[in-house]
Amino acid sequence: MSSVKIELRKDQIEKIHETCEQFGNSEGELINILHRVQGTFGYLPAEVQEVIAEKLNIPVARVYGVVTFYSYFTMTPKGEFPISICTGTACYVRGAEKVLGEFKKELQIEVGETTADGKFSLSCLRCVGACGLAPVVLVGDKTYGRVAPDDVKEIIGEYQS
Amino acid sequence: MNEMSEDQVKSIPRKKQIRIALRNCGVIDPERIEEYIEKDGYFSLGRILTELSPEETIRIVKESGLRGRGGAGFPTGLKWEFALKNKSDQKYVVCNADEGDPGAFMDRSILEGDPHSVLEAMAICGYAIGADTGYIYIRAEYPLAIERLKTAITQAREYGFLGKAIFGTKFNFDIFLKYGAGAFVCGEETALIHSMEGRRGEPSLKPPFPAESGYLGKPTNVNNVETFANIPVIFQKGPEWFRGIGTDKSKGTKVFALAGKVNNVGLIEVPMGTTIREVIFEIGGGIREGKKFKAVQTGGPSGGCLTEKHLDTPIDYENLIACGSMMGSGGMIVMDEDDCMVSVARFFLDFTVEESCGKCAPCRIGNKRLYELLDRICKGKGEMEDLDRLKNLSIVIKDTSLCGLGQSSPNPVLSTMDNFYDEYISHVVDKKCPSGVCRDLLEYFIVEENCVGCTACARACPVGAISGERKEPHVINPEICIKCGACMEKCKFDAVILR
Repeated sequence: MSSVKIELRKDQIEKIHETCEQFGNSEGELINILHRVQGTFGYLPAEVQEVIAEKLNIPVARVYGVVTFYSYFTMTPKGEFPISICTGTACYVRGAEKVLGEFKKELQIEVGETTADGKFSLSCLRCVGACGLAPVVLVGDKTYGRVAPDDVKEIIGEYQS
Repeated sequence: MNEMSEDQVKSIPRKKQIRIALRNCGVIDPERIEEYIEKDGYFSLGRILTELSPEETIRIVKESGLRGRGGAGFPTGLKWEFALKNKSDQKYVVCNADEGDPGAFMDRSILEGDPHSVLEAMAICGYAIGADTGYIYIRAEYPLAIERLKTAITQAREYGFLGKAIFGTKFNFDIFLKYGAGAFVCGEETALIHSMEGRRGEPSLKPPFPAESGYLGKPTNVNNVETFANIPVIFQKGPEWFRGIGTDKSKGTKVFALAGKVNNVGLIEVPMGTTIREVIFEIGGGIREGKKFKAVQTGGPSGGCLTEKHLDTPIDYENLIACGSMMGSGGMIVMDEDDCMVSVARFFLDFTVEESCGKCAPCRIGNKRLYELLDRICKGKGEMEDLDRLKNLSIVIKDTSLCGLGQSSPNPVLSTMDNFYDEYISHVVDKKCPSGVCRDLLEYFIVEENCVGCTACARACPVGAISGERKEPHVINPEICIKCGACMEKCKFDAVILR
């Protein structure tokens, strides 16, 4: 798990408890609870998982097992503007690798990392179902279709102000 | 992104297409139940509840010949019958909307464009098998589909198509959403059920089949989105009509997501038995930029590559398997002469390695080894023995894995080896990538005629691999070159090329 310990505030713990209660503290709802909590916190650090495990009365290992199994859950905080490059087959065939390379070069980070100023993070996605627009890049909820390596600077520029 | 699915459906020529599952996509406003009702929506449900018994309902589905559209092609009516025959106080209907195949997006389009057709079909299924609760397991990556489903469920409840005493009968049925969290293996029904229960999505041994012991240990019927979307029409137009479309063993239509190097990309729906040539060249409008067709990948990461010689094969479940591929969920990715089949195989293995749940050793470890072998070949470090190793290991993984993921993950390797063995040989023996994709097998080279001797490349080269006098053509020493590409970037005269 993460090396830096974080201290959860009392209100944050209460918020997690509240979410668990909304789902009846049921371990069958673990995935829904994790979705909701990640939606509020942005990520699921070990400390958050411990609170959930305690509330649902299940081992932390069960929570950790689920968090690490599914790619949608993350234990590291994302940037303010998370950039995701689709590397599904259609995007791959249409040159997603080159677009990804350009993002890495421009932002000076690798996949799974966040820029030092916390502004951008980079990740790869497996198909967003927009194959007609391949290659596809997502910044937050905004979709960019038919992205060429030359467009990368411009896309990043939109969020730098 | 909102209008995209409709655009993708509309933009393709209608010739040779028959719309059944996609009948309402882009035609009706998916956020208004009234428009679905105008298209005879919920009429089938009403008629079934008031006129037919569960057994008669299942008989009609069986007569139609409908088979599961999620990939394996199991007869839908038979599946329903199993669930009906297992007596229990509680049963469940599950809609598998965990569309994980990269390159397939028909389920998303149906859920966004015609959510009520799925709700109606689930209620019909609930009546047929004796279930009062349905769940739609949907990918969290599809926010718009989730929104439209929520709206549709609320509207259906308001109209009394979901809830208690539907159409004034004793039948109760309601539908809830469950979210996936990004795991390809959850498309497998036992893994999906474990995920619904809040656990890791690992498959388990069948039997028991979900029809016996599924969600929370109760009899559960799992069908894919596209399968459900066919159901209301079968009852509107009759099983004979549906059976009249398609081939001997595969009835009706199939939706394909056409993507890659083809002129018209998007969703198409064609009768079973349409040839691959018709799909790619007539409906798809041929290959982009007039390039040469090389292969089409069907069935996603579990499928195989079909080539020129398969172009006139009529598409149905059996034929695709006979060609070394499979129907899968219907992704169709077209590749041209610029695509390297060895690196395509590596691409799919990379996906499988990432998505293997880790339960079975052959899949968890074997696929990783397959990936490493392919990676070595792509990097020019492969040897002839590696080709035998690839083949043997592939067969072992297929034979010894528990679920569909492991059983089919070596397909891309086997089918590219069968159809493009010469490309493997080029990589291994000549250390060349014929399509010019594998970077490690390429050389940076200065074209003498284009080089003006500006020295920009030589100054940019971090390892001093470029030599030459000012105003004279320069040369790259391949022994020293680290293939960083800095020279190519600096050259203003397009003199540096990769070959």
